[in-house]
Amino acid sequence: MKLTTIFGAAIAVAGTLIAGSASALDFNGAGASFPAPVYQSWGAKYKEKTGNGLNYQSIGSGGGQNQIINRTVDFGASDAPMESAKLASANLLQFPAVIGSIVATVNIDGIASDQLKLTGPILADIYLGKITKWNDKAIADLNAGVKLPDQAIVPVYRSDSSGTSYVFTSYLAEVSPEWKSKVGAATSVQWPAGAGAKGNEGVAGTVKNTKGGLGYVEFVYAAANKLVVTQLQNKAGKFLAPSVKSFMVAADAADWTGSKDFAASMLNTSGEGAWPIVSATYILLPKNPTNVEASKEVMKFFEWSYGKDGGEIAEKLHYIPLPESVVKRIEAAWKAEVKTPDGKPVF
Amino acid sequence: MDATIDSSGATGRIPIHQAKSIGGLSDPLFVGALWASGIFVLILLGLIIAQLFLGGLPALQEFGLDFLWTASWNPVTEKYGALVMIYGTLFSAVIAVVVALPLSFGIAFFLTEIAPQPLKRPIGVAVQLLAAVPSIIYGMWGFFVIAPLMAAYVQPPLIDLLGPIPVLGALFQGPPLGSGMFTAGLILAVMIVPFITAMFVETLESVPPMLKESAYGVGCTTFEVYRNVSVPYGRTAMVGAVMLGLGRALGETMAVTFVIGNATRLSASLFAPGATIASTIANEFPEAPIGSLKLTSLLQLGFILFVISFIVLALSRALVRSRLD
Repeated sequence: MKLTTIFGAAIAVAGTLIAGSASALDFNGAGASFPAPVYQSWGAKYKEKTGNGLNYQSIGSGGGQNQIINRTVDFGASDAPMESAKLASANLLQFPAVIGSIVATVNIDGIASDQLKLTGPILADIYLGKITKWNDKAIADLNAGVKLPDQAIVPVYRSDSSGTSYVFTSYLAEVSPEWKSKVGAATSVQWPAGAGAKGNEGVAGTVKNTKGGLGYVEFVYAAANKLVVTQLQNKAGKFLAPSVKSFMVAADAADWTGSKDFAASMLNTSGEGAWPIVSATYILLPKNPTNVEASKEVMKFFEWSYGKDGGEIAEKLHYIPLPESVVKRIEAAWKAEVKTPDGKPVF
Repeated sequence: MDATIDSSGATGRIPIHQAKSIGGLSDPLFVGALWASGIFVLILLGLIIAQLFLGGLPALQEFGLDFLWTASWNPVTEKYGALVMIYGTLFSAVIAVVVALPLSFGIAFFLTEIAPQPLKRPIGVAVQLLAAVPSIIYGMWGFFVIAPLMAAYVQPPLIDLLGPIPVLGALFQGPPLGSGMFTAGLILAVMIVPFITAMFVETLESVPPMLKESAYGVGCTTFEVYRNVSVPYGRTAMVGAVMLGLGRALGETMAVTFVIGNATRLSASLFAPGATIASTIANEFPEAPIGSLKLTSLLQLGFILFVISFIVLALSRALVRSRLD
């Protein structure tokens, strides 16, 4: 009895000490690895400004979803949007944080970056194992004037289940009915051809090591490592080299108002200058936060990140900030949906 | 030192019938702690097995025993089967043992019979150090050094030369990826050589010198002594050592994930990408949501690996022990 009292008192003292020494409020997030660099940069800058620090663990989208469902973190992060039913049952609000894009990288002798032209259906046929040589007629017809070798194409994919694979396979399913019926879209699928490597660095490394290799990586990664990327044909029929501008066009063209839980598709949008494989990465926030202060801080953090400072950091890292209209709708959703136990809006 | 003993002897000596038994409490405590440590291992192992089995039970209920021989791992349609992984696990481990066995024989016999004294220690230590290299380092070495070498210089000529031969050619099909079953087996071989070698050395050293010297005495050559005396004497223990190496190769995760190519397709080719149970779990676990069929299938895979490793380990123990008895 006495022991428990002493123990309790000790905890109380320790608690005040900890609270006293860290007057700043730290908040925890976990999940997707694709946006981790930008979250971490934002977190560092935000701590400088406010003293409140973000502790983000990049453990993968599935892990982030699990942790927020169990409420072990203040917010979860996921590349693939969660289904509406699951969001409702876990009482979560979903909103996008930042936009990224995926590019194709190749290793063919004599082919420079932005030189080779590919289309979505050709990519699908390569990953289906139907187009197996670089000098296949379908590819050669698009690339008049480019010397293509009689070499086997080695498609490389992400072996770890990832949001990147989810976005890429969603795109292939959108442009190729055969891909949709035979393989489908998910964070990991049963790939009909090629070899798998772990992470962006694994895919990039394998493509670099393998003559005739073809892989898909996030643009952030390709730009930072100066990979040889290809042009892609968009829905309007234009061939484009990947650029932040082309990603922004796609983000603006997405149907934000018509899609539930902000899960707007930016794949294969119809704009003239829109890059075809663009996708948002999402934040999952409890609508009934147990730690109200931390939840409020999460929203304040993202409010700041959507602003000028946050946008600059994102662009420097080759991510694309959200369109302003979307940010307004997200802030409205925060006010309307995230409530304290007695029903008041947290934000 | 002497002074201390003297002084304590002079002042601190107590007649034996007055002495208190200070071991009265500490002894049972010590024995109790030892029991607890021993039992703890059993409980821990039991709980791990139970947890894996219970965690994987939903997958078993969903797919039945078909789970064991279904060659599909499709997260989209949620059709999961373990055949590709079981095959990949066994195939890569067998390649590893086939490569590691002659190498270990060579090193072990060299160390025990041939090596001049000044060379024995450096080579012995080097072999031991191989075991101390973290597996992620082997993985990176395999991925950045061995795989490109395989893709450029080893696989293309083998595919061209042996690929067209019927039956045997099935082992040498597909594009030269660098990564794949064979590369994974090679890396694994390097990783298990230290274990097998260490046990071989121990076995060879335990061969009674009288037997060997008798053999030399009747005019046997070194090779004949090796073949007719040393190896037969330690045969079961050596098989046990190989099984131990096999057991280690079965469960290796990180290094294999880097170089096996990670494809859930069945292929007889040595150069085709594949997957092992451990690599699949490492790849898929972060994106397996709680309560999903994928997660329970992964746990079931873990249980299968546990059972395979247990069988191999039990066999190796039995074989190693059979000689000692």
